Amino acid sequence: MKLVIERREISSALLRFSAPVASIGIALFVAGFLLLASGVSPLAAYREIIIEALGSVYGLSETLVKTTPLIFAGLGVSLAFRMQIWNIGAEGQIYVGAMGATWVALFSGIQNHWMMMVAMFFAAFFCGGLWAGVAGFLRARWQVNEVIVTLLMNYIAILWVDYLIYGPWKDPKGFNFPLTAQFSDTARLAEYFNTRMHSGFFLALFCALVLYLFIERTVWGYEIKVIGSNQKAAQYAGMNTGLAIFFVLFLSGAIAGIAGFSEVAGLQHRLQHGISPGYGYTAIIIAWLAKRSAIGVVIVSFLMGVLLVGGDSLQLLWQLPVAFVYAFQGLILFFLLASDFFIIYRVKLIKGGAHA
Amino acid sequence: MSDILHIENIRKTFPGVIALDDVSFSVAQGEIHTLLGENGAGKSTLMNVLTGLYHPDRGHIRIAGEQIHFTSPRDSLACGIGMVHQHFMLVPAHSVFENILLALDKVPNFYSRKTYQAKIQKLIDEFDLDLDLDTPVWKLSIGAQQWIELIKLLMRDCQLLILDEPTAVLTPQESERLFNVLRKLRKQGKSIIFISHKMREVMEVSDRVTILKKGRSIATRTRGDFDESILASLMIGKDKIPQWQKTLQMSDEIVLDIQKLSVRNDRGLSDLDAFNLQLKKGEILGIAGVAGNGQKALAEVLTGLKNTNQGRILAGQKDITNSNARYSYIAGIAHIPEDRKTIGIAPDMSVDENLIMKSFKSGSFRNWIFQNKRAIRRNAEEKIEQFAIKSGPDGTPLRYLSGGNIQKVIIARELSEHPAVLVALYPTRGLDIGSAGYVHKVIADGADRGMSTILIAEDLDELLKLSDRIAVMFRGQLVGYVDPRKTTREEIGLMMSGETPGDSA
Ligand SMILES: Nc1ncnc2c1ncn2[C@@H]1O[C@H](COP(=O)(O)OP(=O)(O)OP(=O)(O)O)[C@@H](O)[C@H]1O
Ligand SMILES: [Mg+2]
Repeated sequence: MKLVIERREISSALLRFSAPVASIGIALFVAGFLLLASGVSPLAAYREIIIEALGSVYGLSETLVKTTPLIFAGLGVSLAFRMQIWNIGAEGQIYVGAMGATWVALFSGIQNHWMMMVAMFFAAFFCGGLWAGVAGFLRARWQVNEVIVTLLMNYIAILWVDYLIYGPWKDPKGFNFPLTAQFSDTARLAEYFNTRMHSGFFLALFCALVLYLFIERTVWGYEIKVIGSNQKAAQYAGMNTGLAIFFVLFLSGAIAGIAGFSEVAGLQHRLQHGISPGYGYTAIIIAWLAKRSAIGVVIVSFLMGVLLVGGDSLQLLWQLPVAFVYAFQGLILFFLLASDFFIIYRVKLIKGGAHA
Repeated sequence: MSDILHIENIRKTFPGVIALDDVSFSVAQGEIHTLLGENGAGKSTLMNVLTGLYHPDRGHIRIAGEQIHFTSPRDSLACGIGMVHQHFMLVPAHSVFENILLALDKVPNFYSRKTYQAKIQKLIDEFDLDLDLDTPVWKLSIGAQQWIELIKLLMRDCQLLILDEPTAVLTPQESERLFNVLRKLRKQGKSIIFISHKMREVMEVSDRVTILKKGRSIATRTRGDFDESILASLMIGKDKIPQWQKTLQMSDEIVLDIQKLSVRNDRGLSDLDAFNLQLKKGEILGIAGVAGNGQKALAEVLTGLKNTNQGRILAGQKDITNSNARYSYIAGIAHIPEDRKTIGIAPDMSVDENLIMKSFKSGSFRNWIFQNKRAIRRNAEEKIEQFAIKSGPDGTPLRYLSGGNIQKVIIARELSEHPAVLVALYPTRGLDIGSAGYVHKVIADGADRGMSTILIAEDLDELLKLSDRIAVMFRGQLVGYVDPRKTTREEIGLMMSGETPGDSA
């Protein structure tokens, strides 16, 4: 008897779907030991997470609040993945998107609500787009690696926002806190059920749908897929790959930028430090786990939202250290990644007498 | 003769496809055993099963009587089975020696360079291979790269060598040398499984031939027991090789005029040197020449993949000298590339999607900004039927198709737009005889409709059969034109080595 690991030729759709689900189960199991070690009953903790994040209108609304920016950023990153382009800069794009929207909200002087919304939306869209577009241009023109450019531009974006809120945009009536003034009602998205949930969530779902149609149904989506599959063949077929790279990175950043709009217009109502606690980085993982599918991005973003909200409550209820929440997230990711191994390989038991 | 390999009732299915249904055959020690079968019959799949890349659903493999179960190519190598893949696995920047060393296991950390060099050199001398150990691989011809792959296996002392369409990428001269090597190996008692679609080669080297049809081994014949027509009829059965008649109707209208074209390559050498060529409307212009004399550069320039250093190309009245691929296509040039997998296809996408790669923007495949999926499907069904493409279940990514079927997809796509000019490089490479015949017919029919073809091929027979005129190239220059109805192989041969013809042409 002997255990061997074999490569699968083709992995079935069922397997691709069930492996991540199973791995979440395993992660829950393993994390249970961590909980036991700190004297908390795992079942109680998990129930708590579910109840906190999903069991009440308030919990659900908080989960959706966290899900919203994750969907935008995840969609942006996954669009670029489609073309084998790695946009690591969603975080920065959220910041510049928020910055663009804030400028419109504070200084444009638009009085009409809808016009204000549209103007803020597009300001965020173009700011995020141009921010990522810089990387797109460099990559298309001089083959500069987009991973490095997008990543490093995150720091510029975050520091730039800091400069604004500590300096020129600081609320004069804000007791010297690093914040801009609050937005007027014209510059706020609708809120629901007396919670923090806002219409940005529906905008995110709508974006996912549009992006899905864009990729799967349009001529441009087709072009992106061909370039993602084989750039040389695309060139040979007459496609302008340089333009496409710029365009896709622009769009990728623009969608991430909308997250910035949705955060300032729907939730914070002002620009402030730490407007995104790392949504842009989580988005990379989301896009990767969603396997390039827009619907997948929505689902994974929601799961991450549950985790963020539920994890917070564990901290409050049992005084578990923050590190536990991170460890828990890490475990889930670890097993999700490990499940990829089982999608590609299979483990087989072979009877004796076998050679090799 | 003792059998070293038995394959018994092998079956291998992929989702929706039975690649191998029931295959049995055996290979004796010291024989060259040829596998023959149409595109998609399952030859490559069978070899991948044999080398442990795929796992059979059913059936056994026995080596020297003992049943084995491979889990990876490493295992099969350990059992003395080695395969030369169609796509070589070499590191271009490294030298021949380093590449060979990389493939060996158990090279100690502090190895003696001399010992290994001597060992490899001995093999090179023994088989008369003409290979310099210190040359970086990127400088070598395809043929020489294949020698490296072969040496790797010999260094590991493989007893059974598998060569999947090795001659597809070789010049006739290189193929001849390969056969000499194979014969020497046979004399040493090694066994060889050889795959080829070229009947002449099959006749030349095979001791036995096993015929695969639709995933079944239907017959094994021993030398003396077969000839070309027997093999062909076993292989295709009742299906007929498409017949075609070319009407000779050359006009004097020149569709493509290449004037004093010079192209330098990355290494700064001239691929084309003041090259002239005139293509007339409705003709098939064959290009003869030993590989590496500028044919590839010519094709790349014509399809916009390469820029020129000097000279002009006129398509009709239009100067297309330095336009990119898109504009040349608009100017009406279609291209069957040599390097299919790297520039011809999007491997992750379906047959449907690959077939429209050049025409996806055209009105028939789109509604406003949306793709017209129904029209795309209809187009695919049409082409699949027309070219007998074995494509698997709908939506199968192209990478899973057999080599010949991928080639058919490219040809179907390139010819679908009724191009005015076609530049075809080795269009029938890797195709079975039926499909090759069909492609010839399509090109000939196209010519009847007025399509002008530049046909770059290695096989003189193919050139002579299909061409209206043959232009001979040597060192990036045009040596002259010959008339295929009047010339001889010898005359072309002489011109290919650079001798200008008398006033015969
Ligand atoms: N990994 C795979 N997944 C799905 N189908 C496959 C896969 N590999 C091969 N096939 C299918 O199995 C069949 C046999 O393919 P194979 O490559 O063995 O043909 P072949 O005899 O080598 O043909 P050719 O002469 O064109 O190279 C084809 O129909 C092919 O589409
Ligand atoms: Mg094959």
